Amino acid sequence: MSSSITRVRLKQIEELIAKGQRLDERGLRDYREIKIEQGLIERAEGSARVLLGKTEILVGVKVETGEPFPDTPNEGVQTVNAELVPIASPNFEPGPPDENSIELARVVDRGIRESKAIDTLKLCIEPGKKVFVVFVDVYVLNHDGNLIDASALAAMAALLNTKMPNYEIKDGELKIKQGYTPLPMKSHPITVTVGKINNSLIVDPGLEEEQVMDSRLSMAVNDDGNICAIQKGGSGYFTPQQILEASKIAQEKAAELRKKLEW
Amino acid sequence: MNEKPEKLIDKKGLRLDGRKADELRPLKLQVGVLPNADGSAYIEHGKNKILAAAFGPREMHPKHLAQADRMVLRCRYHMAPFSVQERKSPAPSRREVELSKVIKESLEPALFHELYPRTGVDVFVEVLQADGGTRCASITAAALAIADAGVPMRDLVVACAAGKVDDTIVLDLYDAEDKLGVADVPVAYMPSLNAVTLLQMDGILTPAEFEKAVNMAMDGCRKIYELQKEALKTKYMVVKEVEE
Repeated sequence: MSSSITRVRLKQIEELIAKGQRLDERGLRDYREIKIEQGLIERAEGSARVLLGKTEILVGVKVETGEPFPDTPNEGVQTVNAELVPIASPNFEPGPPDENSIELARVVDRGIRESKAIDTLKLCIEPGKKVFVVFVDVYVLNHDGNLIDASALAAMAALLNTKMPNYEIKDGELKIKQGYTPLPMKSHPITVTVGKINNSLIVDPGLEEEQVMDSRLSMAVNDDGNICAIQKGGSGYFTPQQILEASKIAQEKAAELRKKLEW
Repeated sequence: MNEKPEKLIDKKGLRLDGRKADELRPLKLQVGVLPNADGSAYIEHGKNKILAAAFGPREMHPKHLAQADRMVLRCRYHMAPFSVQERKSPAPSRREVELSKVIKESLEPALFHELYPRTGVDVFVEVLQADGGTRCASITAAALAIADAGVPMRDLVVACAAGKVDDTIVLDLYDAEDKLGVADVPVAYMPSLNAVTLLQMDGILTPAEFEKAVNMAMDGCRKIYELQKEALKTKYMVVKEVEE
């Protein structure tokens, strides 16, 4: 571990933050530049690429048919998977998903699921037997910090870009017709991650800030400003006051980021 | 629970299991229950029955995971196949991997990692029976197991959830409320340091409801904290009697 290097960096980052500055000259509550590009994978029903500074995420959405869960026979199924692809960082290794990629996928999934962003009732083909399954695959192409916010944003952008095949049911058989309709969406959750470094709260931590920060709090905020998912990460803690401050920051920043999505 | 009852809270403000909104389930905590572990604890939180064992500080295996300047904490949260209604495969699920990670991160702020360089502490949590809120009960038990192993801690970590059921913010959701309720907010807390070490949420809450839920969960934590301290003391009181 390069602990001596990060300690020097920690001091530098802490001194800057005490002055309200950051390594890349952002303010404490500023996101890096965000670029969203939709529909670049023709084979996928929906796709989007998000650049958050140098962090780059590609999300592909595939829509297939499958069985509903027994407790929700009238609802389509949503699944999110995340791959920390080895091309994205020297610290990512090939192999089955580790706890970091599982956490990333589950945090992205929770934001979309709990805000009921996908109108799953409209994805039912035959109650209890056949529904549409929406596979959201998050592909991390370059890791420069804050994978959670970038992935959640890319997942939403890809879902808003997703087209479902038209279909009809003839003699109990599913027949795909010509043409497409957009995936039915009900809300637009935005996830905002607040990092804590030396008791200061910063938004959108970059890679080096992530290496020195105590802990993070990621909050998914819905169109109406309500909170729909939270995840604390990292080996530090938050005071109750910091949690309330982070929730205010998340609401403000989510409204700002939502304007970047088009629907 | 197959059919969703119309109301999860009755006219008198009581919940399906007869509790008031801010009432905890019955709790039983016991320390030093596993002879082969360096430290251990058993918790019954409502119908949750959970065992936690702590080993270490000890040599890390595999060795390359050891850190030159600090101790490493590892956690495994695991549910027994018979702990839930439909048999759960014993292989670790994605949920269990995530919970192992957040439980570890909820305990880490309590430890003095720099005191034991090159060593590891392993915490194993086995859920024997689940009834909602297992991650919280696991943290409460795991913290006791670590303390029982004699590892110095800044404070005990104690966890409890609050959430929203129908239109009411309630404390300590059990399985049916967790599944049929509106939102669930598990919180882990170090009461003496006023530090929140785990915070998750699913469901939808307004910012005001969220604040109320976090405060209610912390109040619940403070009550369980007293039981935790009592359980630790009880173990040593029993030993004393045997010696005499």
